[in-house]
Amino acid sequence: MSQGKLLLILISITAMLSSCGSPSAQLPEKVSYNFHIRPILSDKCFACHGPDENARAQELGLHTEAALFAPLKDDDTRFVITKNKPEMSELYLRISSQDTSLLMPPPEFGHTLSENDIALIKKWIEQGATYEKHWSFIPPKETVVPESKDEWVMNEIDQFVLAKLNEVDLTPNKIADKEQLLKRASMDLTGLLPSIELQNRFMADDSPEAYEKVLDELLADKHYGEKMAVHWLDVARYADSHGYQDDGLRTMWPWRDWVIHAFNENYSYDKFLTWQLAGDLLPNTNKEMLLATGFNRNHMITQEGGVIDEEYRIEYVTDRTNTFSTAFMGLSMECAKCHDHKFDPISQKNYYETFAFFDQVPEKGLVGTFDASFADPPSMEITNEDIEGLLAFINKAPDDSVSVMIMEDSVGIRSTHILARGIYENKTDTVYMSTPEAVLPFDTTKFPKNRLGLTQWLLDDEHPLTSRVFVNRVWQEIFGAGIVKSSGDFGLQGDLPTHPELLEWLAYDFKDKGWDIKRLMKQIMMSATYKQSSAVSENKLAIDPGNNYYSWKSRIRFTAESIKDLAMASSGLLNAEIGGPSVKPYQPDGLWAVASSGRGILKEYIQDHNEDLYRRGMYTFIKRTVPPPTMIMFDASQRGLCQVKRFSTNTPLQALIMLNDPTILESSRVLAEKLMDDESSIEDKIKKGYQLILCRQASSEEISLMTDYHKKQLERFEANSDQALKFITVGEFPMAESRDSVQLAALMQMVHTLFNLEEAITKS
Amino acid sequence: MEDEFLEHRYNINRRHFLGKIGLGLGSAALSATLLPKLFDGIGGGEQEALAGVTHFAPKAKRIIMLFQNGAPSQLESFDYKPLLNKMYDQDLPESIRQGQRLTGMTSGQERFPLVGSIFDFKQHGQAGTWVSDLFPNIAKITDDICVIKSMHTDAINHDPALTFMQTGSQIGGRPGMGSWLSYGLGSENENLPAFCVLLSKGQGNGQGVYSKLWSNGFLDSMHQGVKFSASEDPVLYLNNPDGMSKDERRIMLDQLSLLNQMNYEKFGDPEIITKIKQYEMAYRMQTAVPELTDMSKEPDHIIKLYGSDCLTPGTYAANCLLARNLSESGVRFVQLYHQGWDQHANLVGDMPGQALDVDRASAALITDLKQRGLLNETLVIWGGEFGRTNYCQGTLSETNYGRDHHPKAYSIWMAGGGVKAGMSHGETDEFGYNIVKDPVSVHDLHATILHLMGLDHEKLTYKHLGRRFRLTDVEGEIVKDILA
Repeated sequence: MSQGKLLLILISITAMLSSCGSPSAQLPEKVSYNFHIRPILSDKCFACHGPDENARAQELGLHTEAALFAPLKDDDTRFVITKNKPEMSELYLRISSQDTSLLMPPPEFGHTLSENDIALIKKWIEQGATYEKHWSFIPPKETVVPESKDEWVMNEIDQFVLAKLNEVDLTPNKIADKEQLLKRASMDLTGLLPSIELQNRFMADDSPEAYEKVLDELLADKHYGEKMAVHWLDVARYADSHGYQDDGLRTMWPWRDWVIHAFNENYSYDKFLTWQLAGDLLPNTNKEMLLATGFNRNHMITQEGGVIDEEYRIEYVTDRTNTFSTAFMGLSMECAKCHDHKFDPISQKNYYETFAFFDQVPEKGLVGTFDASFADPPSMEITNEDIEGLLAFINKAPDDSVSVMIMEDSVGIRSTHILARGIYENKTDTVYMSTPEAVLPFDTTKFPKNRLGLTQWLLDDEHPLTSRVFVNRVWQEIFGAGIVKSSGDFGLQGDLPTHPELLEWLAYDFKDKGWDIKRLMKQIMMSATYKQSSAVSENKLAIDPGNNYYSWKSRIRFTAESIKDLAMASSGLLNAEIGGPSVKPYQPDGLWAVASSGRGILKEYIQDHNEDLYRRGMYTFIKRTVPPPTMIMFDASQRGLCQVKRFSTNTPLQALIMLNDPTILESSRVLAEKLMDDESSIEDKIKKGYQLILCRQASSEEISLMTDYHKKQLERFEANSDQALKFITVGEFPMAESRDSVQLAALMQMVHTLFNLEEAITKS
Repeated sequence: MEDEFLEHRYNINRRHFLGKIGLGLGSAALSATLLPKLFDGIGGGEQEALAGVTHFAPKAKRIIMLFQNGAPSQLESFDYKPLLNKMYDQDLPESIRQGQRLTGMTSGQERFPLVGSIFDFKQHGQAGTWVSDLFPNIAKITDDICVIKSMHTDAINHDPALTFMQTGSQIGGRPGMGSWLSYGLGSENENLPAFCVLLSKGQGNGQGVYSKLWSNGFLDSMHQGVKFSASEDPVLYLNNPDGMSKDERRIMLDQLSLLNQMNYEKFGDPEIITKIKQYEMAYRMQTAVPELTDMSKEPDHIIKLYGSDCLTPGTYAANCLLARNLSESGVRFVQLYHQGWDQHANLVGDMPGQALDVDRASAALITDLKQRGLLNETLVIWGGEFGRTNYCQGTLSETNYGRDHHPKAYSIWMAGGGVKAGMSHGETDEFGYNIVKDPVSVHDLHATILHLMGLDHEKLTYKHLGRRFRLTDVEGEIVKDILA
């Protein structure tokens, strides 16, 4: 070997090592198209060589099986891919070329393939380049559950999870202590902390069924429906105002009452979905089913004088189409409104065919300017007779008259067209109701051509997405992230499932057992995966920082709604009434006025009083242009568009809310009054505070720390009794006149400190 | 690999990478060791945006946007069209209108009578910039500003046009410009948010503003605009409650920190440590923010410059002065909205008062930044969401008229931060209706703004629902002519 050659080899070895580590060492034994190759092609190549026909370069696609093995346009002796032969595959030659004029992706495109990407593609071709349909477009089938005799395992979920954990030599945590477990379960099923009574009962119950009994009790709790509804309100973009400029009042809250009712009554998911999408088209339709269709009328509606009617009507149909796709199929179709989808097999034609289902509503883009209507037609009046009968779950005062928007089709009212670049006036070809065939063809011999048919299509045994998407989101709400993290995108650009077989099994089982939501909740919550402790070691964090393997139960911050509920419930202020119109609790002055146009009944925020101040957070009035600030700062949805996942941030503005919001301060004061009324020692008061706010016993160290703290507070307030009086003067809830303000202020400060602990607003 | 790394830093979700490669491949552990920095500051609470990753040398470090909400008439401010006065009450020729769509407010009108500005125009400064008499103070700073007379937009109604101007899309749900910059560049001051929003209302017809304009959209909520208010709490919930002194608050925070740390020892969750840090930042904000909102220490010449209104919180003048303070302290993007420019009718009665509200303070801000040596690194943008029609809406008389919305041409101005001073860019036809030279779209404006901040608008992306979103969508050309 010449010195020159040796040098070259050394350089190339060094280059290999200094790139993404040594690639060959990290390649999987068997390269999978779905798990390794398609993510690369979709992310880096599909923009020019994908489903969008108009953008396709050199007539070369990489998105279908036929295209991958096709001969080149200019030279039919060469092929995109020749199985087993990377050196005879144009794809490999171009991505590995040293000649920048040949290299793909072109350097100016901005996305380059890593060494690892190239090595994966090479190995995949060497192994025969087996193509697979996109994983989420294959209908879920019954899956074999891995078997393990490990005593940690409690149900099938754990078998799947443990199998993965074993692959990386991680061991799961032991079951959490009972206090942790009860708080966790109660938050997940009701959004409220367990009462002290329940805490004591559960702690005293040593039977093996104790936990299951508690789950059953919580599943039957009337607050279960509220907890489940919150996520659905995000998905359905529920709000109390129309959105857009003048942002007038709307009265869709009876629809919200229905959602709570549907969850409490455990309507099966197929029924829940059918009524919302097509309740008006069911043969035996009634007012409850009609009410459910309000789902498709929750979109924003303009009241801006001078808008072009058709422009906005098209906007509403677009919103329904996009919401339908994201909410039920976890697909983001909206790209295809303007052009064929760049990544997913959804053409612009597919988009408008789906759009057509929602395009038959006898509605207007603009009914009138501000305060024209609280429920634009088509709508339905809810009468007192309804409340006494079928709609008994609606929390309506007898003298209120309420209208809600509902769906209606005037068949043949208009034809649907493809709109060039998505612009309302650019009508091109006429299209007819259908669905993206890549997901599942719309068989017109089987399904009627209307929203009811669309619903049947969605629930068809061969539909690959419906059950997966819902099960994944339930998982997300419990674990903080879905098995597919991109819970709104099951398409080609979405994240791959961390546990594909588990998702498969859950989805199939859910559908197979009758779409039973309470059963699904219980199934997940009975698993050791759920019940394990949330303590995490540095080692586990280093190996699996995202907890993708579930070797511990992630700790999750409460939702915006639950934080408010926590304060009010612990102090006993909470008004546990279910449903009804939204309320306007404390809010800093002037927020609506400064942002509003000065028109309409929502131009200024008129705060409610008495028990309306203490309704659960989910009933806080949502004016879309100025949503409630504390909610938004805790990552609640702004409710403008369908949202399937919230962020969970940790910011200084949140700290300011917990420290200074009168809602939290008032709850601290009222709880302190309660503790004062107990004839007990300060230690006992501290213990009770821990139980009410943190759902656990205080440790002796904590008791002594808090006792000292309280003592110092007492001294400070004694020295400044006027400060004490100011401090306790917060909130409208009446205070007994005879209160010792210094005593109360010191206790209130202790309680307020507990509310501000990280633990207080975290599901552990 | 560098691109990959950047790409991943853009996708600040630390879980994303692991999710993407899937499990069962023995690769998760690997990825954690390969890209350890991606997982720093777990929890999204830290400043874990791109923090200073610019694509090229920035000209501007900060932006103050003086948004004139409701759409001020270009024909009574910067786009001088004497032909319209000559053709008073004559119909807009169809050859000029070219089928342009109309709003529902004038689409029913039988004719479109032209009307010129009732207010006089003069040329000012060395550049001879035309400014109407409604803006005497802005007229004095024309050699510091660049007037763009060829802005155009896609929308003809306030809500979509305003949303487009702020987020690059007519429909809400996308991050605003300030959120993109917070995400792209982070904050210069750890005690203050990167993106602040200030609201005020003029005397004219208001159109409302909406939180979707400063929403983080699909970005992490830490990039949300923080709205300052004129109340005692300039930032919501900033002040300690009555009876709670700063010292006592300190004691409480120390107690919290102690208890939180005990819990950290029990659970090992790094979020707990983040929480402690966020409480400390909140505490620092409690000192930092009031120092900025307190105008009582401003010297007389500053009060005189901005006008005495600047001592009344919530006025446009006070917001301009506050904007200067915030910007000077390192806030990346200060967004003002001033309502009241929607002169469909009674333009002659309405617009002078509206102009009076903003003229002096807008000019004062430029003068003040300049004398502080900050104008060269601060980009100031003044303008609305669209223009107004050259024909009258409603009743035309010798003494009064109104103007409808006009998306095809309008004027804005920019100053400082790498923009050429003392120039006008673009031209409209003699009717002030169509652009005849150098059109600038909203996407072009956004591309240019990002460029001035050192960011390539095609590279500042965030992947959401499978697509890499940009502020400029798939368009946008940098307006090179106006770069200094």
